[in-house]
This record gives sequence, C-alpha cells and structure tokens, in this order.
Amino acid sequence: MSERLGVMPAQTVGPYLHIGLRWPDGPYVVPETTPGAFWIRGRIVDGTGEPVVDAMVESWQADPDGRFDHPDDPRGARPPTLAGFRGFGRSETDGQGCYRLWTVKPGSLPEPDGGTEAPHLTLSVFGRGLLHRLVTRLYFADEPAANSADPVLRSVEAHRRDTLLANPTADGFRFDIHLQGDHETVFFAV
Amino acid sequence: MTTQDTVHQANSGLVLPQYRRDDVDAHPPLLSPGYKSTVARAPKHPLIHLPQRLTEVTGPLLGEGRLGALDHDLTRQHDGEPQGQRIIVHGRVRDGDGRPVPRTLVEIWQANAAGRYRDARDTWPAPLDPHFEGVGRALTDDQGRYRFVTVQPGAYPWRNHDNAWRPAHIHFSLFGRAFTQRLVTQMYFPGDPLFFQDPIFNSVRDPFARERMIARYDHATTAPEWALAYEFDIVLRGRESTPFEDEDDDE
Repeated sequence: MSERLGVMPAQTVGPYLHIGLRWPDGPYVVPETTPGAFWIRGRIVDGTGEPVVDAMVESWQADPDGRFDHPDDPRGARPPTLAGFRGFGRSETDGQGCYRLWTVKPGSLPEPDGGTEAPHLTLSVFGRGLLHRLVTRLYFADEPAANSADPVLRSVEAHRRDTLLANPTADGFRFDIHLQGDHETVFFAV
Repeated sequence: MTTQDTVHQANSGLVLPQYRRDDVDAHPPLLSPGYKSTVARAPKHPLIHLPQRLTEVTGPLLGEGRLGALDHDLTRQHDGEPQGQRIIVHGRVRDGDGRPVPRTLVEIWQANAAGRYRDARDTWPAPLDPHFEGVGRALTDDQGRYRFVTVQPGAYPWRNHDNAWRPAHIHFSLFGRAFTQRLVTQMYFPGDPLFFQDPIFNSVRDPFARERMIARYDHATTAPEWALAYEFDIVLRGRESTPFEDEDDDE
C-alpha cells in the first residue's frame, strides 16, 4: 500500500478571483473561427435570486469525436481532429452574474459498464462564498434520445434532470446555474 | 475502499483510473455559517455521487504556452520593485500517494504589502502599488516543484463580522492531471495572530488539515541578504491502486 498523504483542503477563490484567474482567451474552448461553434451562456444566481457577480465557471469536454488528448484515456491520447480544440474553458461572471463559453458539441462517450454517455460538458463553479468548487454537468436539450440513455442523468431524480439541460438559443445554448432555490442545479460529488 | 471507487472494468473493456474520494473533513463544508456568504450560496440539496468516467479522469494539461518569462516573479513584472518584504514561495505538488505532479500549471494571486488587491472591487483605503500586480503563474518541473518570488501580502479588513480581518494569504489554483484533482486553496503564513477569528481558515474542521494550509518558514532556502523563504507543499487527490499497474512506491 502506498503512503497516503492528506490532501490540501480547498478554500474559496474570494471576491478578487478576477485578477488571478482571468484569461483573455478563457471562454474559447475552440478558436473563434471554428465552423459550427456556438456560445453557451448562462447566469449564476444565489438563494436570494441575486446574480453571483464574483464567480467563475470552468468547463471540460471531449472533442467532437468523443476523444481526449490525455494519457489516461484508455483508448489512447489522440490529438483532436478539430484544429485548436482545447477542451477547456474558463469564464468569470460579469456584473450581471453571466458567464459565456465558445465551444462545439462533444461526441458521445463509451462508459465502462457498456453504456454510452450523452454529449456533455463537466463544469466547475468557483466563487466568493463557495469554500469548495461545485461540480455539475451540462447536457444538451436537443439530444433527447442520447440523454434518455445517459447513466448520469438517469441517476438523478426525474424532476431535477432539467437543471442539467442547456436549452437552444439564437446563438447557441443557455445554461443557468441556481446555487439554491426551487430550481437548484444538481451538483455532484466527484 | 468502497466498491464504487474501485477500478472500472466491465463489458466495454474500458479501464479507467479512479481517484480516491476525499475524507469528509478534508475540505470545508460548503455551508459554514461563520462565513456569511456561504449561507445563500451553498446548495441545499446533498451532492449526488458522480462515478468517475472519461470526462472526470482526464483534464486539461495546460501551461507551456501560457507562461511569460517573468510570470513566476511578481517582483519583476514592472519597471520598479514593489514595496514590501521580498519572499520566495516554493514547494512540491504531489498526489495523495506521494507521486510528483509534473508539468502542471500553478496560478497564484494576492494582495500587495499593504493588504490591497489590484481589483476595482477592492476599495479599502490602503495604497495600491504601481509596481505590483499580485498575479503569478508557474509550471511544476519533472519532480513537481514550483517556485515564486513575491512580496509578503498584508492582512486586510472585511465586513463578515465585527472587526474582521483576513490573515495574510496567497490564493493558489492547481489543475493536477485530471478534472478530479482540480483545486483552489489559500496559503497562510506561520504564526499569524489572525487565525482565531477567520471563518474561512477555520471552515476546515480537521485541525491537521488546517495546518496543511500554513506554509513552513524555510531557513535553508532563505537567500542571504535578499529574501525570506516559505515552503508550501500541496497534495492533490491520489488514485486507487489498480491490479494492472506495478506501483512504484518510492516516495
């Protein structure tokens, strides 16, 4: 058995995350000129209905073929066929509590039990007042067949599943994040 | 070890590494009412168990192209030197099994020596320093080591409770090698008299875990007639060992 070291505890990013974590290209999961790319936009609201203006969303996703350029993907790391694909996005919220990510749809993913995961992004939410990141997943509402077979969505109570669905808009998709309230977003322990 | 944390291998043939779930007290509870802004922001529903699948056991391996030559030295990012006590902050990033985490991006940000952030939202009347941004980036080396040069940040007041002051701290952001290892934390300084009243530091309930957030004064690395040094080692989550790997327990 390996030596086990105690992990470093998480702490909040605090109110001044913008100075430390803002990247000019943060929202661009794919280059600006990528054909077919779209915006995912959303607002983060707290339990009083107020927008959360000092938060940050990070996203991670497979490429359109459902692959990762990562050594721990057991199918083998594979550079994305989509030029400039980063897979990672980062967006701090603005004065209205809104974030935005410029991306493309990821492919479906095989899962170890033989099922298939619907196209999704995994999101981390950081903010003042959040002592640890919150983890959620974003699925696409226009993929009903894939979503109905997704093992993670199926593990969530039916009446809360729609909190994980991004809805089509004129320039992409909308995905609001409710930290509390009647429509509290489903958050995961990973 | 619980069954959901063991290595996945089933009919798809996919074998995924699995990261150990953190102990309940390893991190602060999201609802920590002493830190008032958690009350309207901590989710009310319990978190739902998410099996670690492809998206969680991979993650962005960023860094090389994101670093400027002086990103690690917060005292040399302007024409003049910032005010304050010059310090070296260094350490190792390892996983819970003691394995170094090489080539991973470490981002820091902090207040200046007077306790003020270069952020329009920080309006308390301590002086800004034209020579200090308070932002740094580094990539760990092959042994997981990183090193910054900066100035000792000041304490600053906030409105959380009566006469509330944040202990001096540096914010740290780490990616590790997988989404599961992503971590944002704060580094504190040894012997800070403000710990007793700080609800953010004390939100970590396990006193041993709390101690991990306090850097160690490192006299061996302190540079004569130049800078004090602090060592801050960071442990990210470790993996479940797999029957397929010949684990190298050399740490």
